Formats: sequence, C-alpha cells, structure tokens
Amino acid sequence: MVTPNVSESPATQSTTEHEVLSPGAGGAQMQTVPVAEASAIRRFLLSRGNSAIADKGFHWLMVICALSIFGIVLLIAYELLQRSQLAWSKFGLGFFFSVFTDPDTHLPSYWDPVNGHFSALPFLYGTVLSSFLALLFAVPLVIGTAVFLTEMCPQRLRGPLAFLTELLAAIPSVIYGLWAVFVLVPILRENVNPILVKTLGWTTLFNDDNPTGLGYMSSGIILAVMILPIISSLTREVMSAVPGSQREAVLALGATRWEMIRMGVLRNARIGIVGAVILGLGRALGETMAVTMVIGNSTDLPVSLLKSHSLLANGSSMASVIANQFSEASDDLHLSALMEIGLALFVVTIIVNALARMLVWMVTRGTPAQRN
Amino acid sequence: MRTGQDSLRSKYRALTDGAATGVAILSTLLVIVPLIAIFIYLIIKGASSLSINFFTQIPKPVGEEGGGMANAIVGSAILLSIGSLIGIPIGIAGGIFLAEFGRGSKLANAIRFTADVLNGVPSIVMGIAIYSLIVIPAHNFSGYSGGVALGIMMIPTVCRTTEEMLLMVPHSVREAALALGVPNWRSVLSITLKTASPGVITGCMLAFARVAGETAPLIFTAFGNSNWTVNPNEAMAALPLQIYVYALSPYDEWHKLAWAGSLVLIVLIVAAVSLVRYVTSRGVLKGAS
Repeated sequence: MVTPNVSESPATQSTTEHEVLSPGAGGAQMQTVPVAEASAIRRFLLSRGNSAIADKGFHWLMVICALSIFGIVLLIAYELLQRSQLAWSKFGLGFFFSVFTDPDTHLPSYWDPVNGHFSALPFLYGTVLSSFLALLFAVPLVIGTAVFLTEMCPQRLRGPLAFLTELLAAIPSVIYGLWAVFVLVPILRENVNPILVKTLGWTTLFNDDNPTGLGYMSSGIILAVMILPIISSLTREVMSAVPGSQREAVLALGATRWEMIRMGVLRNARIGIVGAVILGLGRALGETMAVTMVIGNSTDLPVSLLKSHSLLANGSSMASVIANQFSEASDDLHLSALMEIGLALFVVTIIVNALARMLVWMVTRGTPAQRN
Repeated sequence: MRTGQDSLRSKYRALTDGAATGVAILSTLLVIVPLIAIFIYLIIKGASSLSINFFTQIPKPVGEEGGGMANAIVGSAILLSIGSLIGIPIGIAGGIFLAEFGRGSKLANAIRFTADVLNGVPSIVMGIAIYSLIVIPAHNFSGYSGGVALGIMMIPTVCRTTEEMLLMVPHSVREAALALGVPNWRSVLSITLKTASPGVITGCMLAFARVAGETAPLIFTAFGNSNWTVNPNEAMAALPLQIYVYALSPYDEWHKLAWAGSLVLIVLIVAAVSLVRYVTSRGVLKGAS
C-alpha cells in the first residue's frame, strides 16, 4: 500500500486507491477523509527524511526478488528449449506421434536408444491414461467428501477430518510410492486384478498378461490418492464461498438437504469445482516418483487395434521415463529427447494450471467482486 | 389420490436425501482409509526396523548387517539449508512486493499468477532444468545444485503465504509507524513483517515440509552418495533419494531401511505441519491470541 515513489499523485487519488485496496478493513468510517490526510502527512515525512535513498533501494530490491519469479520460469523454458534442440531438429512435431519399425524384428517400435529412434507416443499415452484413471477415481470421492465436510459434518468433527485430508498432501511422493510397491500392488495382484479379469475381461480392458501387478491401473489408483487432498481442499474452499443466503433460499422452498446441496451449493460452485479438478489433473500429469515406482517402466505402447489395450499392462509416463532414463542417457540425442519430453510436460502443466487458477479465481473472487 | 402421490414423492425425496448422506459419509471414509493405512504401515514396518544404527551409520554393502542413513539425514539437512537460504528470503521479498508495493498493479497480478503457475510445475522438470543449468556446466553432481532446485521450489509457496499474511495486517499499524517518522523500509521489516511473523513462519514451514520430501528434483542434481560427505560440491545423499533407491532394490534389508527412513521423514514433516497448525490456530498476527 505504501507507495512513496509515486509522490506526485494527488491526495484524492490516493484516497480512492485506499478504499479499493483495503478489503473490509474496519468499515466505512476508516476509509474517508482521515486516510487522505494520513497519506499527505506520510508523503511529507517521506520526502523530507534522509531515508529516501534507503527506501528506494528497498523498494527495488523487493521488485527484483518478485521479478525473479518470472526469471525462473523463463530460465526453465530457455534451458529446456536449448537442450531439446537436437531432438526437435531431428524429429520435429513427429516426436509426439510417430511410429518407427524395428529393423530386426519389423515390429512397431517407439523408443529405441540403440537405433536412435525416439517417439514420445507411449509416454503421452501413459500420462494421459494414468491421469484419467486418477481423476475417475478421485473426483466422485472428493465431491462426496467436500459435501460431507462443508454441509453435513458436525462442527466438532470438521476440523480434525479436514486436517487429516490435508495431512495426505504432506506425505512425500516417494512414501506413497513405497506404500504402493509393498502394500497396494500386492493387494491388486492377488485380490483385485483376478476379479477384474474374470468379470470384466470381455471388455478387453483387463487382460491378465501382466503378473506383476504394476501398470497403468496401479499408478492411476496411487495418483488418485495423491491428488485427493489438493482437489478436496479447493473444492471445500469454493463450496464455502457460496453465500449462505443461497442455501437458506433453497431450504425455505422446502427442499431436503441433498436438494439444497445440489441446487444451492453444487450448481453455484461448479465452475470452481471444475477448476479444482483441473488443478488436480495438473498435479497428476507431473507426478513422478510414485508413478515411476508402480507403472512398470516399459517403453512399449501396449495398444494396437487388434491385440489389446489392457489397463493392467506395464507402461511409462512422461515424468517416469525422465526419472528412469535420464541418468543412463548415454548419447546426446537420447538426452535431448528426454529434455523435449520435459519441455512438453512443462508447457502442458503450465497451460493446465493457468486454466485451473482462472476457473478457481472466477468463483472465489466472484463473491467479493462487489468489493472491487 | 393426490395425497398418495405426494407422500410417495416426499418418501422418494427423503430416500434420495438419505442416500446422498450415506454416499458422502462413505466417500469421506474411503478418503481417510488410505491415509490411516499408510500411517499404520509406516509405524509398524518403520518402527520395527528403526535402530540406533540408522542414525549413526552410513549405508553398508548388501549382505552386511546393520548400516543406516546418517549420511542421508545430514545430506538432507544440508540440502534443505541451502534451499531455505535461497527460497525463504526471495519468497518473503516477493511477498512484500506483492502486498506492500504492488498491490492492485498489473505487474503484481502477473507475478502472483506466475507464482501460482510455478507452484504447479512438476518437480522433475525443475530437476532437469537445474541439471542443464548447473550440473552440465560444472561437470559434476553437487549438493549445491540440489539445494538450488529445492530453493526455487520453495519460492512460490513462501511468496504467496507471505503476501496473504501481510494483507491481514491492519493499515493503522503501518500508518502509526510512519507517523513516528520511521522510514518505510524499516516500517515494512520491523513493523508489518514482524506483526505478520507467525503467519509468515507458517508459510515457510509449509514450503519446507513440502520440499523436504521431494525426490524428483534431486535425482539429477544431488544424485545421492553412499559415502559420508558434508561438502556441497560433491554428490550428496538425501533421505528421500535413499528411500527411493532402497525401495526399488531387491534386498529385504534395504526395504526395511527404506521403511525406517520413510518413518523418520514423515515424523519430521508431520511435526512441522502440526506445529504450523498449532501456531496458526493461535492467531496469525502477533498479539492476536
């Protein structure tokens, strides 16, 4: 708020600026004449003090630190662009969808460091599939949890339960991975996958050609657990941003609680919920360690129209192939191809996050919009 | 006839209402279950393999009894210190700019948005960018590069929480300071920031807890090291990295160490988060209890 450097701005302007920028501070009386006077005095004091130079220096130091955030994003983009030049010039856009033929076996091949063929198609597929599965599992659970926590839960339970779900966010990715490898995957392998194959095998989505229990399905489940907290805390935020009058209005018409939630809360919060889900998607797309540990790390694409497209197959995601092969990348082209995958991941997550932030802002900023 | 239909309809509505409540409770339980399962496993498996050796010894070759993660614990501490030294001052300064100087300006909005977006950039991308920026020119993996990667990841979180906390400080406090002739920079640092300090510290702890468990940005920067080192110019071990390597190894002894390491890591993180929770519940402003 304190803007000593714009010393020529008239006092009246300063007054209006103050009114706009002090959200809800102390009501109306505080924001009238006294503030304008205070600003005038402040300017007087600032202009005659010998601290003007120190103040200016401090201001610019803060500006530089803030600008460094831009700098970081640009630096990451520059480094990745530069290092992926080689792969980009060799494969162009085809890097993301081309299929090569193995010279020895004449089978389709995608990622062949030995012969210098690189196509990111299997990893795009792995990332999209595992993230989609994660959202499929997580979204219904999150909406249920958020509804329970904001609308139904007794006040006494609300704090601890919200804390527990937020604790999920504090668990490091590698611990999720550890748990998945030693607990989740064996359960899936022994108990769940056989049932899925038996009952849903006819859909060809569950072929039991993978005895390890690793694969897209396992990574989808662990991703779902990992993105639950972020979606859930944001969903709760947008649901609590729905004004109470909406709820009361629907209840006053004789609605049951569920009808109130459906018509009064969910309908008003839907844009924000979509934003929260997209934000969770951004997390899922870039999640590395847990996925690397359970996805199976095959660089093949287990999809062909005739054979199978099993969800239980081994695969790789964009992040997991980087984590796995980066330190082994022997030649420049291989490294460059991995860098290009990183660049693609960077661009995609930026777009997804920007989109999500805008949607969430539209809702949470929408309520206090009258203020601005 | 009419009343019959009406009562049927209200029964249906009551039923839907009950079903929705049931589904909501069920999904909350389903969300809580993995959390509890993870904690139970961590405690049972971790505690049973935890010993004094874990904290005092460095890893031993496969087959030898004992061995611990002393080097990884120290490595993590060094990496996190470097990260905090970079991330916390820059993050707080950015937050001060957003809250005190740039409020409402287009630049501030753009920076805020960029910080939020940077927060969502996958940590592995951060890792390979730092690899390309520091490790390739220096020709070796180093603790410094790992620390820088962690520090950069802390900046957006620290910046945004600092901003939010500073916004809560009432204007009267700033104006009182200025009215006494305190220079603006002094007023910001010793009055505004100090008033908001519990909240700002909370933000720093959250950022710290978040990067403490990060593995992906360290694989290609700090790289890991099975020997004892406190020199940040060398490749350096870190707790999450060691857990990752041990978890994927085929040896039972190493699996046990991975569980023990996870328990130590999670205890540290949960302690940090709970502390934060305790502090925030006592008010985010100094003097407000």
